[in-house]
Amino acid sequence: MSEPSAVTVTAQTVAKLARGVRLREDPVRGQTVLLAPERALALDEIAVMIVNALDGVRDLDAIAQEFSVKFEAPKEQILVDVIAFVDEFSKRRMLELKS
Amino acid sequence: MNEHVSIARTSAKTTDRTSEWTDRDGVTGRIRIPAPIAMLAELTHRCPLACPYCSNPLELEGISTELSTQEWIRVFQEAAALGVLHLHLSGGEPASRRDLVELTAAAAKAGLYTNLITSGIGLNERRIAELSAAGLDHLQLSIQGATPVLADKVGGYKGGYDRKIAVAEWTHAAGIPLTVNAVCHKQNMDELGAMLDLAVELGARRIEIATVQFHGWAEKNRKALMPTKEQVLHANAFVEEARKRLEGIIVIDYVPADHHSTFPKACMGGWGRTGLNVTPSGKVLPCHAAESIPSLNFETVRDMSLTDIWYDSQAFNAYRGDSWMPDLCRSCDRKGVDFGGCRCQAMALAGDAATTDPVCILSPMRHLLVEQAEIDSRAEPPEFVYRGR
Repeated sequence: MSEPSAVTVTAQTVAKLARGVRLREDPVRGQTVLLAPERALALDEIAVMIVNALDGVRDLDAIAQEFSVKFEAPKEQILVDVIAFVDEFSKRRMLELKS
Repeated sequence: MNEHVSIARTSAKTTDRTSEWTDRDGVTGRIRIPAPIAMLAELTHRCPLACPYCSNPLELEGISTELSTQEWIRVFQEAAALGVLHLHLSGGEPASRRDLVELTAAAAKAGLYTNLITSGIGLNERRIAELSAAGLDHLQLSIQGATPVLADKVGGYKGGYDRKIAVAEWTHAAGIPLTVNAVCHKQNMDELGAMLDLAVELGARRIEIATVQFHGWAEKNRKALMPTKEQVLHANAFVEEARKRLEGIIVIDYVPADHHSTFPKACMGGWGRTGLNVTPSGKVLPCHAAESIPSLNFETVRDMSLTDIWYDSQAFNAYRGDSWMPDLCRSCDRKGVDFGGCRCQAMALAGDAATTDPVCILSPMRHLLVEQAEIDSRAEPPEFVYRGR
């Protein structure tokens, strides 16, 4: 068994939800939740969109580019936000990363 | 954390149900009750281990009283409809149930995030693969120490340590995310670093380091288990340092020794606010130790729906809100933080479940608790009183 090591998140990072972490509708409370061991996080629409974009194929740069076109907003700013988001979830061991 | 993310809400909203209350002065009102987030299903009290701090009650429920497969499946479905997101399959040793794979599949089908809390004894490579295929989301494996000699002594089960290492490897191979649970106390707290290293080596994404809670079996073993203040302070500092060093490698959840804290823990996230516990025979408890409070009446899933028990039963409404609180708690700024602490601890130490948790620095009982903890922590550890099997 190899020891995992902490990874730095960049524009070239490719991420997907780790096994044991999943997105679910929560009809009782009318929200979308990200479920992980001992954690239930309520996500707003933007967070849900980011999580759904983490497909383990596209890098964060490509995802930011797509959002930039879709929302007619500067890509660089979006990329900063997406990297911060992925970095936060990575520290919580909720993502599998390749870079 | 990120502005787009919040801890899933446990506070009430307008569609939540309400319950009536009456306080000590006869004042009545209504309180909103949020739906529960988590359910602990104690599938059985049977266990091959005999840990001296077992959280099961002193009076264990026998196999003949256990809920059937179909009854548990119905309870899982009721839980999902009630709003439960996380299901913890626990015990005793849940692997002692022959229908564990079937129950896991039913829980996953109900949409519940399904977590197995196990000693590992009773699992083999094939069964772990079956659990994975059945949709198990996560597995929590207990360790009793970082070395076979100490770990097997604490668990009262020879060969347990080696088996756990094998279970961790099979879990990893099946792709199921692993958390290592390490209950710490006087006799293994100095091995904390080695236990953390072991968890990383086993590929765990997360470790829960929890100091023994002194209820039930642990109460019988206070002199063998109570850590010294120096051990606690050392552990606190160690965890703080390790969290930084291992960020992104392993998540450390830590329950410090509350006998050495200033304020009580927010036990269960508040009584009847976030979680519920179902015993092997189907009794529904606000927390696993709640049966130590004699004034409470517990309903069972054989007689009543989980929804009615959660919202309307006497036991769940007994310590909701602040109407039950003594003035010391009701007038305190922290009542929304710690909810007055642990009711079972108040019962055990002060003889009154509706008084301030004696851990609180503001409690008039506090000095008694500190003095007794000090005496027990300094004692030469006697032989363990193991829980029954």
